[in-house]
Amino acid sequence: MRELLGQAWTVARKDLVLEFRTRTALLSAVVFTALVLTVFNFGRDPTAVATIDLAPSILWVTFTFAAMLALNRAFQLELENGALEGLLVSPLSRHSLYLGKLLANLGFVGVVEAVGLPLFVLFFNVPVAPVLLPLIGVIALATVGFVSVGTLFSAMVVRTRFAELMLPVLLLPFLLLPLTYAVQATARLLAGRPLSEVSGWLKLLAAYDLVFVAVALLLFPHTVDE
Amino acid sequence: MLSAEGLRHAYGRVVALDGVSLTLAPGQTLAIFGPNGAGKTTLLKVLAGLIRPQQGWARIAGGRRAIGWIGHESHLYGHLSVRENLLFWAALYGVPTTERGVRATAVLERLGLSDRAGQVVWSLSRGLMQRAALAKALVHDPRVLLLDEPFTGLDLAAAAELRTLLGELRGAGRVLVLATHNVDEGVELATDVAFQRHGRFVQLAPRGARGAAEIAAAYRRAVTDA
Repeated sequence: MRELLGQAWTVARKDLVLEFRTRTALLSAVVFTALVLTVFNFGRDPTAVATIDLAPSILWVTFTFAAMLALNRAFQLELENGALEGLLVSPLSRHSLYLGKLLANLGFVGVVEAVGLPLFVLFFNVPVAPVLLPLIGVIALATVGFVSVGTLFSAMVVRTRFAELMLPVLLLPFLLLPLTYAVQATARLLAGRPLSEVSGWLKLLAAYDLVFVAVALLLFPHTVDE
Repeated sequence: MLSAEGLRHAYGRVVALDGVSLTLAPGQTLAIFGPNGAGKTTLLKVLAGLIRPQQGWARIAGGRRAIGWIGHESHLYGHLSVRENLLFWAALYGVPTTERGVRATAVLERLGLSDRAGQVVWSLSRGLMQRAALAKALVHDPRVLLLDEPFTGLDLAAAAELRTLLGELRGAGRVLVLATHNVDEGVELATDVAFQRHGRFVQLAPRGARGAAEIAAAYRRAVTDA
């Protein structure tokens, strides 16, 4: 177990160093997040639908599509100079590779969300401060869910043509559940409802995470081996 | 140290390996010569564990940790320095933390890359990249080296230096398997020579006292008669 996690951390650290050194995808995702929030802010009629009703969906649509940028590049960077082949020849276990990629993607998406959340508050003027901790919990649980599935699909499509197009097409149906749970939980938190009304959605998100991290770990070796 | 029996693998109707068997002991170097599409790369990938053969088996004592692999690509990350790449791969191959730096320094020095250690890989020339790839393959001191067209991109001096290095590794009891379509490359290193065509070894024999010209003539006969 220690070796498994140690190798996963080695892969994740390498990915994060590469990303923070090039900043290509990170900057793109942050700019994308700011642009989408700006477009939604100015592109809606505030008298037609109350901000508080619309804001949770906007937040999660923004985070989901920004995360796609991270997920797309997760295995793309292993194609450079055939590094994926080197990883597969090495004693690195397939499970460590998956966990490493998952950790790096979580770090990447976490940074995008950390930038996106204050922008969301700024643009939509929603009362986040009183529910900040539970909201961070919802974001963390939902992010683990869709990044775990996204990391698996990213590996599946990386050697296909039109990988960047294939990933959202394959992934979005699997995101319906966690996104629904996350939007419902976020809506209740922002509406000032008691935490007891949110706990059910949190449990569902946690269950989704457990199931899909386990399934992805089982399936991942079959997606990368020839 | 390395053994394979009855290897067979096909890509659809194209047979890449057809009943290949071999056994190599420490200190042996097998040079596999064959035209393009003969199945040399597939054989090396099967030996490296990258491809599971449809029939037969291949075993290397010590498993993946014992393998040093040089494929068609460098497996190096362009935005990491040469040294950072070596430290990453050393970590994946389980080299203890305290030894990684020492090993990396020694390999860089042996391959004449000390002054390039801090240089990011994408800025290296083709020849230097190939040397860095060799450094990556050697950083964990493998007992078996699988080399697929290792002389590609090297100038005459670097190719001669590589031959000397491989000779030293053979002298140190390492097993080398070298695949190339060019008989002049590496023939002096070989203790055993195989000619491969349409996935089969049409000849596998000790090199004996045969020189490059003799082997080239035998190769031409073998691949045209088969």
